[in-house]
Amino acid sequence: MIGYVIFMKKVSGFIGILWVFAIGFTLGAAQAKQKEIILATTTSTQDCGLLDLLIPIFEKKTGYFVKTIAVGSGQAMAMGQRGEADVLLVHSPESEERFMAEGSGINRRLVMHNDFIIVGTPEDPAGIKGMKSSSEAFRKIAALGIYISRGDNSGTDVKERSIWKAAGINPQGQRWYQQTGLGMGQTLNVAAEKRAYTLTDRGTYLTLQKHLGLSILVEGDAALANTYRIIEVNPDKWQKVNAQGAKAFSDFMVSKKIQKIIKDFGKDRYGSPLFFPDAFKDEKLKMKN
Amino acid sequence: MEIIFEGIKQAFLLLVYGDHEIWQITWLSLVVSGIATLLSLCIGIPLGSFLGLSRFTGRNLLVSLINTGMGSPPVVIGLIVSISLWRNGPLGFLHILYTPIAMIIAQIIISLPIITSFTLTAIQQLDPKLRLQILALGASRVQMIWLLMNEARLPLLAAIMAGFGAVISEVGASIMVGGNISGHTRVLTTAIVGENSKGNFSLAIALSLILMVLVYMVNFILTMIQQRTKLR
Repeated sequence: MIGYVIFMKKVSGFIGILWVFAIGFTLGAAQAKQKEIILATTTSTQDCGLLDLLIPIFEKKTGYFVKTIAVGSGQAMAMGQRGEADVLLVHSPESEERFMAEGSGINRRLVMHNDFIIVGTPEDPAGIKGMKSSSEAFRKIAALGIYISRGDNSGTDVKERSIWKAAGINPQGQRWYQQTGLGMGQTLNVAAEKRAYTLTDRGTYLTLQKHLGLSILVEGDAALANTYRIIEVNPDKWQKVNAQGAKAFSDFMVSKKIQKIIKDFGKDRYGSPLFFPDAFKDEKLKMKN
Repeated sequence: MEIIFEGIKQAFLLLVYGDHEIWQITWLSLVVSGIATLLSLCIGIPLGSFLGLSRFTGRNLLVSLINTGMGSPPVVIGLIVSISLWRNGPLGFLHILYTPIAMIIAQIIISLPIITSFTLTAIQQLDPKLRLQILALGASRVQMIWLLMNEARLPLLAAIMAGFGAVISEVGASIMVGGNISGHTRVLTTAIVGENSKGNFSLAIALSLILMVLVYMVNFILTMIQQRTKLR
């Protein structure tokens, strides 16, 4: 019984310590309220490590605390529509235009671009390697291959649907067409396991390349452009949005210093940059997309 | 297969060289799930004891609901908690979405039914005559409950292990309400998901090993307590 009493005393001591932590967390959270920003973004910017590099620089410079929620572009914009995020970094131009048109966002600015590529097993059963037209390639995949789709309304998913549309094919419900509902990294893994084709942004592909055993089969089509833009959520629509913080972060993303970092990001590890900075180009000269 | 060995090596190196981020992630996992389990105990043990000792209309309905709660999917709880905590949601004024507190709340909801149900079973399986005997010896109600719980230590410690095991290994709710924010709400399970999608498989394996060792250590301590008290 004595042992038990001692044990109970130890336990209550431990509970005491944990309570202190709980209170600490509470205070920390209350304090962070003013100085925190919620950044809703695509999985690709997170999975390739770019944000891990940029956000600490921003936090150090401004004192803001950035909560990065990495979801697809579709979900990021859905969060913006409800005022549940302050700033969005997304790559789904058509959906972005709708988002702006309905007044959900302000100050939409181009940050960077790279491109989408069609990847697949090196054996390439559909024989699309080196094709110049993405929609032609999709037609061949539909006839002879298996296609793994994100199916999550992300920027990549929207792009993929536009290519199917251009190809004049409705892949929904077809046996050769499978949707993962997952992020790009996991979808690439599924495609690799199933020896299938998929559309991916170049950044995520290069990051995962060494494990995948998938090759780049189609690239360079103008329809495969992938542009990333930053949008501040409209504070007139949602009072709780941290407009100042959102502006600070957007300005930061298009600043000279950060654009330079974006330009060099990934060169050392992959031999080529993952993104091309766009903020200082004339908007008219930029790609149509 | 070599990825697993690489992961074991990496786990060892990370721990030996004291990688700051790894320690922080491990510590946060322990603190979040530890606090969630403790708070669940504070509610679940009295609630379970009460349900175990009393009879009232609708009791069976309540007990069956709690038993169903033991199997409630963490993602569903994560979804409901995050919708409630949205800035513009019913509890938005708390400003706790994407914080460890939100994760603790979700984990309490996950572990509470488990701990309540285990407690209820533990108290109910005691010989009813014991209760009468304690009362006959002049114990107050609080004293009686204390003695009964002492008698049911073995299954009650199992309740702690089951409750803690459920929340430390849970990922769906933590990622939804916590957001897997580096340095803030990243715990072992959400870090494993994140590293997996970044293609850092050996790091994911390393984190998995750390998680399993952590779960083992906690359960080892609890088992020692459980088995020691049994022998006396």
